[in-house]
Amino acid sequence: MIIGLAHYLAVAAILFTIGVFGIFVNRKNIIVILMSIELILLAVNINFVAFSAYLHDVIGQIFAMFILTVAAAEAAVGLAILVTFFRNRGDIAVDDASVMKG
Amino acid sequence: MALQAIAFYLLAAVTIAAGFGVVSARNPVHSVLFLILAFFSAAGLFVLMGAEFLAMLLVVVYVGAVAVLFLFVVMMLDVDFAALRQGFARSMPLGALVAGILAFEMVAISAVVANRGAAAGSTGPKAASAEVPNAEAIGRVLYTDYVYFFQAAGLVLLVAMIGAIVLTLRHKPGVKRQVISDQVARTPESGMRVVSVKPGEGIQE
Repeated sequence: MIIGLAHYLAVAAILFTIGVFGIFVNRKNIIVILMSIELILLAVNINFVAFSAYLHDVIGQIFAMFILTVAAAEAAVGLAILVTFFRNRGDIAVDDASVMKG
Repeated sequence: MALQAIAFYLLAAVTIAAGFGVVSARNPVHSVLFLILAFFSAAGLFVLMGAEFLAMLLVVVYVGAVAVLFLFVVMMLDVDFAALRQGFARSMPLGALVAGILAFEMVAISAVVANRGAAAGSTGPKAASAEVPNAEAIGRVLYTDYVYFFQAAGLVLLVAMIGAIVLTLRHKPGVKRQVISDQVARTPESGMRVVSVKPGEGIQE
């Protein structure tokens, strides 16, 4: 049984779908939404590394590294906004977030 | 080869199960712990593909920094998470349907891409060569062709750091703070007073 590219792509596809599903069903809980976004980015990274490995080209791994950087920055800023939002409102229910429209 | 297949199926199953745990756990702390498990097993998959450097980066950056950040925030915010789960059961059937269709489509497309795409004739992941290890291969390209992108990534992190500090920093009124300039400007004349004390009276004040 040889593990081919299709196996890794299938794992990434299922993980991506789980992330989308998580955003879909946890619409009120913004912390779980952020974690679902991290899952989606992880799936993208698995795709990049799989193609990089099977095409014998290291550039895919470099791109995956940049995605990792942006994901870390996004998580930090997202959680900072969440903390500020919680301080101002005492709650993090995002369906009330439309008050930010001003 | 059989050992590799066993490792792949084990890691893939754990990754997907942990991913499902992230989105379906009742307690957000459990979600974060499932997220850590998912990242760990994904790092295992990276090692299987021969990308050891990315695997270690995933463990260090995600498990060491991002997941701990999530854990901090989840435990710091005093939120009624049960109320936030309202609507979970209601949007579950439609969500599962959409997710099922999406998963089927993506797996089908990825199978076609893997069998007919650019990587169709690939002989499998490149074996780690003794001369050029994975980290060195990445470094040789990253610090030459992609050096500007590397610097830009550093800039992104710097901006994110400053942004997070600016967003969460707050000055409480009424808190006494150290004023360096006042301390430096202090002279013996302003900081000391000579009082002649009369015997038996002490100092008023």
